[in-house]
Amino acid sequence: MIEGAAWRRWVFFRIPLALFLIFLLFPFYWMVITTFRPDSELYIAWQRPNYAPFWTWKPTLAHVQYLFEETAFLTWLWNTMFISICATIISLFCGVLGGYALSRLNFPFAGGLGTAIFVTYLVPQTLLFIPLSEIIRNYKLGDTPWALILTYPTFLIPFCTWLMMGFFKSIPKELEECARIDGASRWKAMVYIILPVAVPGILSAGIFAFTLSWNEFIYALVFLSSPEQKTVPVGVVSELIRGDVFFWGALMAGALLGSIPVAIAYSFFVEHYVSGLTGSVKG
Amino acid sequence: MANVSIHDVHKRYDDFHAVKGVSLEIKDKEFLVLVGPSGCGKTTTLRMVAGLESITEGQILIGNTIVNDLPPMDRDIAMVFQNYALYPHMSVYDNMAFGLKMRKFAKDEIKKRVENAADILGITDHLARKPRQLSGGQRQRVALGRAIVRNPQVFLFDEPLSNLDAKLRVQMRVEIKKLHQRLATTSIYVTHDQVEAMTLGDRVVVMKDGLIQQVGEPLELYNHPANKYVAGFIGSPAMNFAEVTIRSVGNGLVAENSAMRLVVPDELKGRLAAHAGKPATLGIRPEDLRMANSSDPIDQTFEAVVEVAEQLGSEIILDVTVGKANMVASVEPTVKVRPQEKVRLAVNPAGLRFFDATSEAAI
Repeated sequence: MIEGAAWRRWVFFRIPLALFLIFLLFPFYWMVITTFRPDSELYIAWQRPNYAPFWTWKPTLAHVQYLFEETAFLTWLWNTMFISICATIISLFCGVLGGYALSRLNFPFAGGLGTAIFVTYLVPQTLLFIPLSEIIRNYKLGDTPWALILTYPTFLIPFCTWLMMGFFKSIPKELEECARIDGASRWKAMVYIILPVAVPGILSAGIFAFTLSWNEFIYALVFLSSPEQKTVPVGVVSELIRGDVFFWGALMAGALLGSIPVAIAYSFFVEHYVSGLTGSVKG
Repeated sequence: MANVSIHDVHKRYDDFHAVKGVSLEIKDKEFLVLVGPSGCGKTTTLRMVAGLESITEGQILIGNTIVNDLPPMDRDIAMVFQNYALYPHMSVYDNMAFGLKMRKFAKDEIKKRVENAADILGITDHLARKPRQLSGGQRQRVALGRAIVRNPQVFLFDEPLSNLDAKLRVQMRVEIKKLHQRLATTSIYVTHDQVEAMTLGDRVVVMKDGLIQQVGEPLELYNHPANKYVAGFIGSPAMNFAEVTIRSVGNGLVAENSAMRLVVPDELKGRLAAHAGKPATLGIRPEDLRMANSSDPIDQTFEAVVEVAEQLGSEIILDVTVGKANMVASVEPTVKVRPQEKVRLAVNPAGLRFFDATSEAAI
C-alpha cells in the first residue's frame, strides 16, 4: 500500500485505480445500457437537445424479446454450450496427460517436444482454418457441431498441455516418489496423488479452454452455415447485422446474455483459478 | 526385517559420476548413517536403495533379493523425505493409511495400525486434520507414522530433520532414536549434520565426492579417523590442523614448525619413524588442548595469541593464532583471558593425530 499523507493515497492509488476501472468497465456498461434502451433513443442524432447518451429514462426489454422471438438465440446458446463443453473435456483430458508426461516422464527430447507443442499454439487460426476446412469437407463434418468440437482442440490442447506442464512442475516430485514407495504404480500415484493436488491447475486450464471455445469466432464462421447450427458469437453477428443495418439493441442483448455463462464460470471457480495461475501447492 | 547389501555401486549421470563404487553391508536391525557434504553422493546412494534412481553399475540386495530392477513399490521399504512429502489433500489418517490401502489391507487392520502408530508418535488428536494445519514437528511425525504403519523391511531417511528449527531437531532426533530402539527395523539415514550422525548411528559412513571415506562406529570415527577429511568432519568444533615436519631428536621424534615443537608420544613413534625428515599434518582436537601450567613439560605446550574468547558457560571456546595458523581450543570455564593476550596451551599427548602430507591418510 501507499504510505504517508492521505492525498498521496488519493493521487497515487485511488484516482488512478478509479480511472483504470472506468476504462475497463465502460464497454460492459455500454453493452448493458444499449440492451435496455428503446430504439427511439438509439437511433437519434447526438446533437439533439435532452439527449443523454449514458443513461435512459425509458428502459425496455424489447430487444431481449426480439432476440428470443425473432432469432434462434436459445439454439445458438445451446450449440455454444455443447461445443464448448465437449471441446474443453477433450482438450483437458489430452492436456493433463500430455502435461504430466512432458513434465514427469524423463524421456528423450521431452523439453524440445514441450516447446514444439507450444509453437503450434502460436500458428494463427486465420491461417490454420484453410487446411482445416479441407479436412472438415473431406470428412463431411461441415455444418455440424463436430466440425468445431474436433477443431477447437487444435489450439486448446497445446494451451492446456503447456499450462498443466508448468503446474505439474511446481508439485514437489517427492510426493509422487513417496506414493510409489508406498505401493502405488505410476498410474495410481498420478490418479490418487498428483491429479487431486493439481485440481486448481486443471480448473484454470478448463476455464481458459471453455472461454476460448465460447468466444471463438473464425472457425465457427467458416465451418457452420445454417442459422440453427451457429454459435452465439457468429449467430448474433450474422443474423443481426443485415447488410448495413445494425440491430444494435438486439446485438448488445445477445452479447450480454452470451457473456453471462462465462462470467458465472469465472466467478464460481475464481478462488481455485487464481491459486492455479500462481501455482501454489500448500503442503 | 532384513539386511541390505550394496556391492560396488556406481551412479553416472550424463557428465557426472555421482557415486563411484560404494560397497556397504548393513546388518539386520542396524541404524546406519550416511554423512557428508552436499554433493557427496549420499542421497543418490539412498535413492538407489529406494529404487528412485536407476543403478548404473553394481548390485543392491535387500534381504536375499537383488532389487536392481524392482520398482520402489516392490522393495518393501519406507522412506521419510526432507520436505515430509505429505499428501496435502488428504487428512493425517489418510496419509498414514495410503500405503496400506494401496497394498489392499483390510479396513479394520488399517485402522488398528494407523491408530497404533499415531499413539506411538503422539498425534492421535490430529488424525482428522490436513497437513497444512500442522506444525513442522507434527508434520515430521506424520511422515514417520506413514513409514512405520507399513512395517517395512527397511526404513530410509533422507535428511528428515533439516527443515526443523534447532530445538525441535534435537527433540525429534531423540524420538527417532527411541523409535528405532522400539521397532528395531534396519534403517539407513542420510544427513549432512555430523552431530545427528554421531548420536543416531550404530555405524556411520562418511562420504565425499562419491566415495566412502570411512565406515565405523561413531567413537571409532572420532578417535581413529582414517584420514584428514574424516578427522575434520567429525567433531565440533572441528579438529585443528597444523603443517609440521617430523624430526628425530636423540631416540625420540618431534613435530615442529615455526610456532610449535611437540614431542611425539611413544605409541606413535613406530608408525611415524618412517616419516622422519618429511612434512606431515598434525591434528589435535580442541578438547585435547588446555591452558598450560608450570608443571607441563615444555615440549607438550606451545604459545598462542587469543583472538576471540566465546563463553559457553560449561566451557570457553578460544579462537587463537599459533604462528600464522588459526586454532580453536576448548578450555575450562574458569579461565580468564583477554583478546590479544599471549597464552600457553598444553596438548593431551594421547590426542595427537598425524596425517600424511600428500595422501592425507592417517599415519
